Amino acid sequence: MSEILVLVDHLDGAVRKTTGELLTLARRLGTPSAVFIGSGADSAQAYLAQYGAEKVYVLDAPELTEYLVAPKAEALAQLVSDKQPAAVLIGSSAEGKEIAGRLAIKTGSGLLTDVVDVRAGGDGVETTQSVFAGNFTVEATVTKGTPIVTVKPNSVTPEEAPAAGAVEAVTVTVSDAAKTARITDSKPREATGRPELTEAAIVVSGGRGTGGDFSQVEAFADALGAAVGASRAAVDSGWYPHSFQVGQTGKTVSPQLYVANGISGAIQHRAGMQTSKTIVAVNKDEEAPIFELVDFGVVGDLKEVLPQATDEVNKRKG
Amino acid sequence: MNIVVCVKYVPDATADRSFDSSDNTVDREGVDGLLSELDEYAVEQALLAAEESDGEVTVLTVGPADAADAVRKALQMGAHKGVHVEDDDIAGSDAAATSLILAKALGTLEYDLVFFGMSSTDGTMGVVPTMVAERLGLPAVTYGSEISVDGSTVTVRRDGDVATETITASAPAVVSVTDQSGEPRYPSFKGIMAAKKKPVEDLTLSDLGIDPSEVGLDAAGTKVLSFAPRPPRSAGEIVTDEGDGGVKLAAFLASKKFV
Repeated sequence: MSEILVLVDHLDGAVRKTTGELLTLARRLGTPSAVFIGSGADSAQAYLAQYGAEKVYVLDAPELTEYLVAPKAEALAQLVSDKQPAAVLIGSSAEGKEIAGRLAIKTGSGLLTDVVDVRAGGDGVETTQSVFAGNFTVEATVTKGTPIVTVKPNSVTPEEAPAAGAVEAVTVTVSDAAKTARITDSKPREATGRPELTEAAIVVSGGRGTGGDFSQVEAFADALGAAVGASRAAVDSGWYPHSFQVGQTGKTVSPQLYVANGISGAIQHRAGMQTSKTIVAVNKDEEAPIFELVDFGVVGDLKEVLPQATDEVNKRKG
Repeated sequence: MNIVVCVKYVPDATADRSFDSSDNTVDREGVDGLLSELDEYAVEQALLAAEESDGEVTVLTVGPADAADAVRKALQMGAHKGVHVEDDDIAGSDAAATSLILAKALGTLEYDLVFFGMSSTDGTMGVVPTMVAERLGLPAVTYGSEISVDGSTVTVRRDGDVATETITASAPAVVSVTDQSGEPRYPSFKGIMAAKKKPVEDLTLSDLGIDPSEVGLDAAGTKVLSFAPRPPRSAGEIVTDEGDGGVKLAAFLASKKFV
């Protein structure tokens, strides 16, 4: 079986769920090898093996993480040249896409971004993407070099498939040219106790209709164990931080359940949530375009509907 | 400080966008085009950075004849001159080929910083800024939500998935900005009139020393096999709240096993 490189997304060894998703998809294409850049590989190894990594390449040098993506892309390019994998899978985060972009130029390879499905086709890797604000589905393939594919979070349910996870330390050289954009400060987001927005199985969002008070939205999210999102209107009004914005210029989410509260459903917002599996909306305006998308909708005031729904959910949970 | 801002002419995101079935590329004929909304933020940041240092802003685009509209809009906002790379052989170029053309065109210009929007509103890949930086051997500071330029150092705040980062690089550098970086200005009447007299240089592939085989649909590293409109979602159940909307909502969620 051909080797598939999967770039591990982690914070000091705590592996993010998206990596399990990538490993699951990689198994459809060949034998996954995890590429772990940074420190903390010891605590990540078990997870990576559990989800099917036959090998774990560990690249741990300070210059790989002190600078922006360029050194990571250089390191990956060296691995691609050494191992000649059949494909490289990377998570579709801002950093992931940048690494992928640099890697594609370095290796003269075709790049597909934001894919939601991956499979082995007749002529290599085939992917599915959702484009034009989710209004079209596109099937595509790579015709040049080593296919480099970035995959959106929540595209597949991670499945365990225990493998060896044999650790192999890899030494790479980072050129001075790659050490030019430096991260001088990094403040971890304040812990909300809620799941991370792009990874969450359920997202509960608020928009203009909240009038600036997100407490009912947050309470309902907590009853469902959901992440909280916000529309651009709510973010632009300063009601909720930008890092929680769902939409074309914010996060794209594709959860099992998306609950839009007081959000009209402008194209900007739809672009960020239209591929959610089940969509529910609460809005005072029965003409709101969001109702065209929903599986279930309530025409009503979210200030009345949400607290009642929260109580009912809590009651049912017993 | 001299700045080049790279912009894209895109099909209007609020119109019904589709594909051209003859070659599976984006249909650019059937829908009106305009300067990508996200690039307006880059033009704004470029103007602010240049104003502080009495520098010039050059707007650079690659695209068909109509893409001149995108250049004009940026000139109306206040950019000083334009460069438009137009060539029939460019049609169908992927992100990598586009980055090659931009990098070669940048080679003909003097700049300290190159600004981009965070992504286009049509392809939405967001990788061209980094690809250009890679080709030019420049640092890239991307997805900047707050941009400051001090001497030859550019610093941005980036709201990442798990952390808020401060990223810095020395000019020359590539910078991409988000829609949080500051509202773009509207062209003033004076700006609109002045734009008519601003120079726009038209370049072809041969002017840039690019062989046509390096760009266009045939050179693309990826290929669209098929496209299909997303099936319309089947009409959902909509209830009007009569005092029991929340209970009904919870019942629906329970029926789908979310509770």
